[in-house]
Amino acid sequence: MVREVDPPSIQKEFLLQALAEGKRLDGRITLEQREVNFVFGEELGCVECRLGKTAVLAQVSASIVKPRDDRPYEGFLLINSEIGPMASSVYESGRSSDDEILITRLLEKSIRRTEAIDREALCILAGEKVWQLRLTLHFLSDSGNLLDCASLAAMAALKHFRKPEVEVIGDEVIIHSPDERAPVPLAIHHTPLCLTFAYYENLPPILDPTHLESTLCSGTLTLTLNAQREICVLSKAGGTPLAASEIMGVVNVGVDRVREMVKHLEEALERDREGRVVEVR
Amino acid sequence: MTSLVLPGDSIPLPSSSKSIVLGPGIAASTSRVQSGRSQDAPACIATRLGLLGSAKGKEKSEQYWVEGSSKRYIPAQKDMVLGTIIARHAEGYRVDLGSAQMASLEGLAFEGATKRSKPNLKVGTLVYARVSLANRDMEPEIECFDPNTGKAEGFGELKGGLMVTCSLQLCRKLLNPKFPVLPTLAASIPFEIAVGLNGRVWFKTETVSESIALKRIIEGVDSGHIKAEKEDVEQAVKEYLA
Repeated sequence: MVREVDPPSIQKEFLLQALAEGKRLDGRITLEQREVNFVFGEELGCVECRLGKTAVLAQVSASIVKPRDDRPYEGFLLINSEIGPMASSVYESGRSSDDEILITRLLEKSIRRTEAIDREALCILAGEKVWQLRLTLHFLSDSGNLLDCASLAAMAALKHFRKPEVEVIGDEVIIHSPDERAPVPLAIHHTPLCLTFAYYENLPPILDPTHLESTLCSGTLTLTLNAQREICVLSKAGGTPLAASEIMGVVNVGVDRVREMVKHLEEALERDREGRVVEVR
Repeated sequence: MTSLVLPGDSIPLPSSSKSIVLGPGIAASTSRVQSGRSQDAPACIATRLGLLGSAKGKEKSEQYWVEGSSKRYIPAQKDMVLGTIIARHAEGYRVDLGSAQMASLEGLAFEGATKRSKPNLKVGTLVYARVSLANRDMEPEIECFDPNTGKAEGFGELKGGLMVTCSLQLCRKLLNPKFPVLPTLAASIPFEIAVGLNGRVWFKTETVSESIALKRIIEGVDSGHIKAEKEDVEQAVKEYLA
């Protein structure tokens, strides 16, 4: 694995000096996120999310499989997230670095384990046929904070996706093609989104660290929250210890941010829906 | 005069007696071509795709180079570069220039350095240097003084300030005195600057907010958000300093 060259020491001095004045190198304030942009693909369930220069493409596809014997009513949600060298030259395909494992596991926790998707609604015929959703994430460019961007892209793609309508007559299952009947959206319980904060010694935390900021910080904290003010995941992997009051402070900030993000996501989806012709006869 | 050249194309050079400096992307061909007269002249060929650029250099010489749109810096002799020291060993330092290979910087390649008194640079120091040797398949070598005068001429360790990375094309443009960005910035913000041809720019200003404004403008010009015109840059300065 090619180790990344550390940034020159003057970068750290300058960054700390700027943060002490409450300024960040890209002109943001401490708890401000980079601009979020969604690019919707031609197909339903294909969304590219851009957070500043960081970009992640999410793609959802569905197929019909046989459920597990012990859970005959549950469908599957598979998350595929491999960070390849396209994101940055430090990532190697086939071998996963610590960062990559952390990102993959947190995504798994914040999307699958929080039951964001109603898996029982994916059942077609108990014990026989269920939908299997496959969520594939392509990390296109790493300019810091891949995780937040990936969680946004994943939720946007799941909300954007429509599965074909199925009809069950007795034991027979008829799958209607999208030209015949309008495909149906997935049943989504809530929208958990990740927020990453970076900590520096004796300085207030910053939201959405860039690549330079995250290489120089003393620790990060990732929260997964939803618009209903629920903490879904809290992950603090190493770094400097934090007091409980500090964590509560960022949680309160995070709740507001997640509400804004969900609103922004819904607006973007709405705009896309208006411009899209869903064929119904 | 700009023209597109492909690797292997011969470069049309003026046949006057003026001296010609060949920059990156141009190499002397190993084969000789028949020029119009009877004598054989060594031909120059392009080694990469790009636009042929030319400028008047020192002492009436003429400079030629090929302006590509590559992203990876390839060291070329006499380029001024910014590098980070990543390791030190008995004879000198290993420096990261952002190229495929690390460059080596000899401990004696500084102004006034002798075997007894060599500068002591720490790992992580940013240095401004000149590429002294750049052969294909060989580790490039850099030096922190002008070999003609033996003086530092601005090369050496850079203390304080901030480094930003930008495209290789923008670095070359910034060095052109006719390019309006730096003169316009200098009118409103006093700063010290070192432009490396390896896609790195270092600058130092009085206050943090001035440095941040400079960084955002250079990155904005690079990405195309800010046009490289006098008025646009002036407006951006006002906006970012506010």
